[in-house]
Amino acid sequence: MLKVHRDICGYCGCCVSVCPEGALELIDAYLCIEKTCTSCGICAKVCPLGALEVVDEK
Amino acid sequence: MKNKYDILIIGGGPAGAIAAKTAAEKGLSVCLVEKRPAIGAPVRCAEGIGKEALHEFIDPDPCWISAEMTGASIVAPDGFLMKLESQLAGNKVGYILDRKIFDRELVWMAAEAGADIAVKTRASAPIRENGCVKGARLESCGTVTDVTAEVVIAADGVESKFSRWCGIDTTVPVREIMSSVQYVLADIEIDPHSTVFYLGNEVAPEGYLWVFPKGERTANVGIGISGKKSGRDHRAKDYLDRFVKKTFPHGKPIEYIAGGVSVCRPLDCTVADGLIIAGDAARVVDPLTGGGIYNGMFTGRLAAQVAADCIAKGNVSKKSLMVYDRTWREAKMGKSIERNYHIKEYMIKLPDTKLNEIIHSVSKINLTEFTTLSLIKEIIRVNPKLMLELGALAASIR
Repeated sequence: MLKVHRDICGYCGCCVSVCPEGALELIDAYLCIEKTCTSCGICAKVCPLGALEVVDEK
Repeated sequence: MKNKYDILIIGGGPAGAIAAKTAAEKGLSVCLVEKRPAIGAPVRCAEGIGKEALHEFIDPDPCWISAEMTGASIVAPDGFLMKLESQLAGNKVGYILDRKIFDRELVWMAAEAGADIAVKTRASAPIRENGCVKGARLESCGTVTDVTAEVVIAADGVESKFSRWCGIDTTVPVREIMSSVQYVLADIEIDPHSTVFYLGNEVAPEGYLWVFPKGERTANVGIGISGKKSGRDHRAKDYLDRFVKKTFPHGKPIEYIAGGVSVCRPLDCTVADGLIIAGDAARVVDPLTGGGIYNGMFTGRLAAQVAADCIAKGNVSKKSLMVYDRTWREAKMGKSIERNYHIKEYMIKLPDTKLNEIIHSVSKINLTEFTTLSLIKEIIRVNPKLMLELGALAASIR
């Protein structure tokens, strides 16, 4: 599952541009994750600040 | 805001604003929507633009010019500094803008030309009829409104979603997103009239680090690295913080922003039935420099011109709007993107030793024309061997 560390996120939209599923959306200063997210981790890799993390669902 | 316009523009950056202004001046009914509550903020930009490029759209105004540049420097991976100067003494070669004010000015001009403007209003879905884009569902402060338009111009930036909702794949390849961070650093020792670019795999892998002056002792100090090179403990922020600690240990950050800059090729097609895509959303950023202000304004203006023509002819089909796609690709801007894409692909493969060698070959360059192309031409002149390495690409640079 993809987790947004909101205290780190700079709501810049870098992650949105690389998401192959189109599962991320930046609504003003709020990053939304849609159900189509596959937890592939591409966004977590490119995030300039390290605000995204794929975590174990349990 | 009305429920029906000739043109609906998604995004209030330079592309959207110039599109709105152009269309309104042609007498069309226009609405520009910006999802953020303020035009121009937060800034997602290093704010540099060439003098000629800016003048093509607007006369410079001290209100939104932070600093005037007369030269630039490139720092090699080993620390060697190459100076670039304009051959004409004292000549301004470019500006560092204050985007918060600049973007407002452009939207203001659009508003005065007659365009309707809505902030804190986001497009949440396209309205489509038989596959043709006919407008957008807009959400603003809890209210939802359907607004129809003859043509929608998607100028919704790097995080663009609108064209994706219309079935166009806008995904930027991981290796071609510049993962970026920038501080506005105050109280630092800089040359206030020269930009500085730092290259090298230790400094900024497959990207560069920049110091763009915003005043006598203040600068945008930022970095972009390839998404491919980014990861835990080696992110853009890690590289930038290391550089700042070493170079400007007493600098005081007065702004901290992040961003993504696409350095891929533009979208395969930048139009659809009833839709034109402009600016960063169309992925028309210069792949070598990462500059997008001019290309945004260029495509924004063209989008409005073509939309106006097609509306007048009563045909807003993809085929009809294709004039836009063809025109910008054939323009100097499109050709420059294609050429610079190849140069970028060559550059990112260079080891630091080779970069050092190239930069050492010329310690000072006087450019007659202050462009990346004339810089590259000059470098090739001094390093004729490069011509062979560049192969087919060389022909486009001559």
